[in-house]
Amino acid sequence: MRAAPVNRCRAPGTEHEGDSMSEKLRRTGLYQLHLSQGGRMVPFAGWEMPVQFAAGVLNEHLHTRAQAGLFDVGHMGQVQVFPRDGNLQSAALALETLIPADVMGLAEGRQRYGLFTNRHGGIMDDLMFANRGDHFLLVVNAACAEQDIAHLRGLEGVRVRPVADRGLIALQGPAAGAALARLIPGTAAMRFMDLRDFDWQGAGLWISRSGYTGEDGFEISVPEASLRGFAEALLEQPEVLPVGLGARDSLRLEAGLPLYGHDMDAGVTPSEAALGWSIPKVRRNGGCRAGGFPGAARVLAELQDGPARIRRGLRPEGRAPIREGVALFAAETGGEPLAQVRSGGFGASVGGPVAMALLDPRLPEGTRLWAELRGKRIPVAIAPLPFITPSYKR
Amino acid sequence: MLKYTEDHEWLRAEGDEIAVGITKHASEQLGDVVFIELPEAGREVVAGEEIVVIESVKAASDIVAPVAGVITAVNGDLADAPGDVNADPLAAWFFRIKPADAGAMDGFMDEAAYNELIG
Repeated sequence: MRAAPVNRCRAPGTEHEGDSMSEKLRRTGLYQLHLSQGGRMVPFAGWEMPVQFAAGVLNEHLHTRAQAGLFDVGHMGQVQVFPRDGNLQSAALALETLIPADVMGLAEGRQRYGLFTNRHGGIMDDLMFANRGDHFLLVVNAACAEQDIAHLRGLEGVRVRPVADRGLIALQGPAAGAALARLIPGTAAMRFMDLRDFDWQGAGLWISRSGYTGEDGFEISVPEASLRGFAEALLEQPEVLPVGLGARDSLRLEAGLPLYGHDMDAGVTPSEAALGWSIPKVRRNGGCRAGGFPGAARVLAELQDGPARIRRGLRPEGRAPIREGVALFAAETGGEPLAQVRSGGFGASVGGPVAMALLDPRLPEGTRLWAELRGKRIPVAIAPLPFITPSYKR
Repeated sequence: MLKYTEDHEWLRAEGDEIAVGITKHASEQLGDVVFIELPEAGREVVAGEEIVVIESVKAASDIVAPVAGVITAVNGDLADAPGDVNADPLAAWFFRIKPADAGAMDGFMDEAAYNELIG
C-alpha cells in the first residue's frame, strides 16, 4: 500500500452501470439521437451515456476496427486556458507548472497528451492539450473535470473557461478519414495530433486527428446547435455505425491505452503507468525546464531509476475474461497476491480476454502468472502492449 | 411447452428431463456472451444452486438450477460458441436436468405470465 490517498476523482455514485440513479445525471446534446438509435443508456461519471447500441458491443468493436464508429464523448471536459497578458507563452509556462510536458514547444495547430500530477507524484488526471493560437484547449476526463478546473484556476496569469456550449464526438476507424472528408474535404490533409478549425454549414468545428481506440480517427468539438445535425450527417455515411461506451472500453484496452481511475489514479506515478514517454527531455533532470511540476522529485527520480511496478499486458489462457479487481499470484496455489487487475475484458479483435495490471518490470514477457477467478486460479501470461497494432495517421 | 423462472431461465420438458436456457430478455440484458462455464454431467444439484457461469462483454452472471435433481447432459458446443446464446436464446440450452420431483415444472410461469413479469 502507498501512503498517498487514492483519489479516483469519480463523480459520486455514478461510475458503473447499475449504480444509484438518484443523482441527477447530465445528458449530452445527443441523448435523443442515442435513444432513436437504440442506445442503452447507463450512468457514467455523472452522465447518462449509451453503453451500447442495437449492434451490440462485439459488433460495434469489430465495426470500428473494420470501418468507422461514431462515439459521443460529450461527457468529457473541454476547457480553454487563455493568457491574461495576451502572450500564449505565459499560459504555456503556467500549464507547465501543473503538467510535466513540453507545452512551450507545442506549435499552433498541434495537440499533445499529458498528465496532471499531484505532490506525491501520482496522476490526478490525463488530458489532451492543443495550441489554438491565442489559447490552449484542454480535454479532460468527465469524472475529473470539476477537480481539474479548480486546479487550473489556481494558476496565475491565465483565464480558465470551461466550454459549456459545445459537444464532443469521436469518429474512429480505418474509414473515418474517408467518411469525414465527404463532409469536410480539408480534414483529409490532417496528420495524427493536428488540431484545426473547419466550417460545416456555418458551424465552427474544432477537429483533431486523434482518438482512444488505436485506430486512425478524429475528435470533433461541435457547437450545441449543430451537434445533432452533424452527428446525423456522419451516421448517414455508409461506413459509420454508432458505438457505445462498452466498445470504447474494449477498443482502448486492446490498444493498450490506460483509463484514468482504473489503470492509473492518484496513487500511480507516470512511470508506473508506463506514461513516461509523455514527459520529454526538456522537463527531465538535465533539461532546461526540468521539474517545476507537482511531485517532480519523485517523478523525475523514477524516470531515471525505473519504477518498482509498471503497467503490463496480460493474456489469460482460455476464454474467461479477467476483470478489474481480480487478484494475481505467482503460483497456482498459496502465496500473497502480486497485484490486482486494473482493467480487463474481452478483446473482440484479439479474439480472447485481455487485461492490464501494475507488475514488476523485471518479469520477462511470457511469464506465467495466475489470476484467481471464482476461487480457481487461471493461468495468464505477461504480454506486450498494445494487444493490437495501432494504425495512427502519422 | 416452455415454462419460465423469475431468474429469466426457460425450461422445456424433454421426456423425464428438463432442458434449461436463458430467455431472449435475459440475453439482451446481458449483452454479447463471450464465455460459458458448464457443470459436470452427473452432478447432483439443489434448486437455486449456481451451476453455470456466463460472462458477457459487460459482466459475469450465474445460471441457477431451477429445480433439485441430477445434471444429465451439458451443451459443450455452447462453450465453444458462446455467441449462440445471443443469436438464438431459445435454441441455446445449457444443461438438462432430471428432477428429483416429477411435478417440478408445474409451479413455473407460462409465457403470458413471464411477459407480464418483464413488462
